[in-house]
Amino acid sequence: MRKTMTVAMAVVALTMAGCQRRTIVQDPILPPAQEAPPMVAPDPLDSELDLVELPAAQAALIAQAGSDTVYFGTDEHMLDMAARTTLAAQARWLLANPAVRASIEGHADERGTREYNLALGERRANAARDFLMAQGVPAHRLTVISWGKERPVAPGAYEAAWAQNRRAATVIVR
Amino acid sequence: MLRKFAFIAVFVAGAAFAQQSEAPPIEVDVVGGVNAAMAIAVPPLATPRNVTTSAGDTGPLGSQMAAVIAGNLRSSGVFVPVGPQGLRGYPYHEAAAPAYQQWRGTGASALVTGFVEARPDGRLTVGCYLYDVTAGRELTRQGYVVAPNEWRRAAHRCSDAIYARLSGQSGYFDTRVVYVAETGPKTNRVKRIAIMDSDGTNHRYLTEGRATVLTPRFSPDGRRLVYMSYAGRRPRVWLLDIASGQERPLVPGPAMTFAPRFSPDGRQIVFSMAVNGNSDIYVVDADGYGQPRQLTTAPGADTSPSFSPDGRRIVFESDRSGTQQLYVMNSDGSGQRRITFTSGARYASPVWSPRGDLIAFTRIGGGSFRVGVMTPSGSGERLLTNSWQDEGPSWAPNGEFVMFHRTEHGSGRSALYAVSIQGGAERRLATPQDGSDPSWSPLQN
Repeated sequence: MRKTMTVAMAVVALTMAGCQRRTIVQDPILPPAQEAPPMVAPDPLDSELDLVELPAAQAALIAQAGSDTVYFGTDEHMLDMAARTTLAAQARWLLANPAVRASIEGHADERGTREYNLALGERRANAARDFLMAQGVPAHRLTVISWGKERPVAPGAYEAAWAQNRRAATVIVR
Repeated sequence: MLRKFAFIAVFVAGAAFAQQSEAPPIEVDVVGGVNAAMAIAVPPLATPRNVTTSAGDTGPLGSQMAAVIAGNLRSSGVFVPVGPQGLRGYPYHEAAAPAYQQWRGTGASALVTGFVEARPDGRLTVGCYLYDVTAGRELTRQGYVVAPNEWRRAAHRCSDAIYARLSGQSGYFDTRVVYVAETGPKTNRVKRIAIMDSDGTNHRYLTEGRATVLTPRFSPDGRRLVYMSYAGRRPRVWLLDIASGQERPLVPGPAMTFAPRFSPDGRQIVFSMAVNGNSDIYVVDADGYGQPRQLTTAPGADTSPSFSPDGRRIVFESDRSGTQQLYVMNSDGSGQRRITFTSGARYASPVWSPRGDLIAFTRIGGGSFRVGVMTPSGSGERLLTNSWQDEGPSWAPNGEFVMFHRTEHGSGRSALYAVSIQGGAERRLATPQDGSDPSWSPLQN
C-alpha cells in the first residue's frame, strides 16, 4: 500500500508539472482544465456522459484520505463522525487535485427491495456529495449515482457483512 | 422480427362445427382452488399423412405438440394431464369424433385431440379439440396455420383455448418472459437481459453483459422493453426495440432514472428520477424526447410506479411516512393516498393486475420478503409465498398468476417462480442461469 501511494503520488506530481517523460501508469490524471467542464446537456447518446475509472488516482485518494468509502446505518443516510472525518480528508485530496472528477456512488445492503435500494443508495451518495461540497469541492466535479444492492463488497448474509455494504464510495473518474 | 408471422385461425373439419362454444363450462373450481385438479387426457395429435417438414415429420410433431400442451396444463396446477406417453394414438378421423367409451377408461374427465397436417404451401394446419368425456360432447375446437418452426406456438394457442374453456379465464401460455440472467460471484454479478417463451424454450440474450442491467419490462404490445442500464457507469432507463435491437435512453442527460413501466396504452412510461437525494415519480411520452412531467414531490423515495389497466391511476411505494408503504394516485399525480397500514410491515414493488382487481406487492417484515396481493383499496391482503427473499412480482396477462424471483439466503443465487393468486405451490421456471426481475408479456398476436 505504501508503495502504491508513492508511485501514484509521483504520477500526480509529474502530470501536474506537465512532464510526460515517464509513463508509469495507463491512466494519468489529466492536467488542470483551463475551462470548466461543459455544463450544457449533451446529446443523450454522447459517450461524453460515460464515467471512466482512474485506478492510480483512486489509489492516491485512498492513500491520502485513508479511505474512499464511508458507511451508514440500516436505512440511514446520515453521516456519522467517522464518515465526516473520512470525507473531510477526501475533500482535501480533491481540492489538491483539481483536475479530477469524482463519482460518488451509493450502495445498500441486500435486505432492501431492488428499486427502493436504488433510491436509498442515491440518498447516501448525495449526503456524501453535499459534505464534500460544503468542504469547497465544486459541484461540477462531483456526480452522484446509486448501485442499490447490485455491488456488495462483502458477500456474507449477516450484520457485519451488511454493514460493509451500506456505503458511499468516492470513485475518481475522467 | 424473429417471431413475426401471421397466425391464421382456420375452420377445422367437422360437421358438428355449429355446436362449438354453445355448451356451458363444465365444473372446474379454479376460483375457489378447492376442488382437486382435473384429469385430462392428452394423447398424441393425429396426422392424416406423415409428411416431412422443415421441423420434422408430422407424425412425431403430433406427439411433441401433445407433450407441450400437457406440460402447459400441468404447470397451471389446475389439471392433471394423462399422456401423451402411455396413451394410444387415434386415427385422424377420430380427432373430431372421439370414441368416448375408450377414453372414459383412462379416468380422465376431459380429452384433448387434434391433428397436424402438412399443407401444399409448406405450412402446417393444426387442429385442436376439447371434449367432455363424461358427458360425451365437444367443448371447443380451434385451428391454426403456422410455419413448421412455429409449431410450439400452435401448441400454446391450443393450451390457451383449453384453459380458457375449462376455467372461464383467458389463457396465458402463448406469452414470453423477459428477465435478468445472472452469473458470477455475489460481489460481481454479470447481468444480461434474456427473453424466452413462457415454457422456457426459445431462450436468447438481448444484452451482452458489459453493463449491469435491471428491471426489463414489456410494452403492452410485447415489442419493446423499458429497462435500467449502467452503461457508461450512468444508471439510466433505456428503451429497447426487441426486433431491431435499437435502443436509446428514455430521457436526455445524466440524471439517474429507474423503476420504469409502460402505461397500458403503451404511449407513456412512468419512472423514478433521483435528484439531490430525493426520488420522485415522473411520466414521459414513450416516443421522442418529450419533457418528463413530475407527479410526486414528497421528500423521500417515491418509486416502483405501476398504472392501473384503465390508465387512470398509479400505484407506487413511498417512504414519506418513514417506512416503505403503498400509495395510489390519479395518473396526473393528484389524490395521493396511502393504502397499506399493517403494523410492522413495509410494502414495495406494487404492480397493478391486468384485470384491475388486485395489486401484487413485495411485503417486507421479519427479515424476509414475501409476495402477496391486495385490492386497490388495500383490503383483502393475501400472502402467496414464504421464503427468505421473494420479490418483484409480475402478472400473467390473465391476472391469475404472478411471477417473481426468489433469492437464496447466503449464496445470493436467484431463480424465477410463478404462483397462482388462488394459492398453492409456486412453480420454478427453468432458466440456463440464475434469474431475477421477470416481466410477463401480454398474449402474443
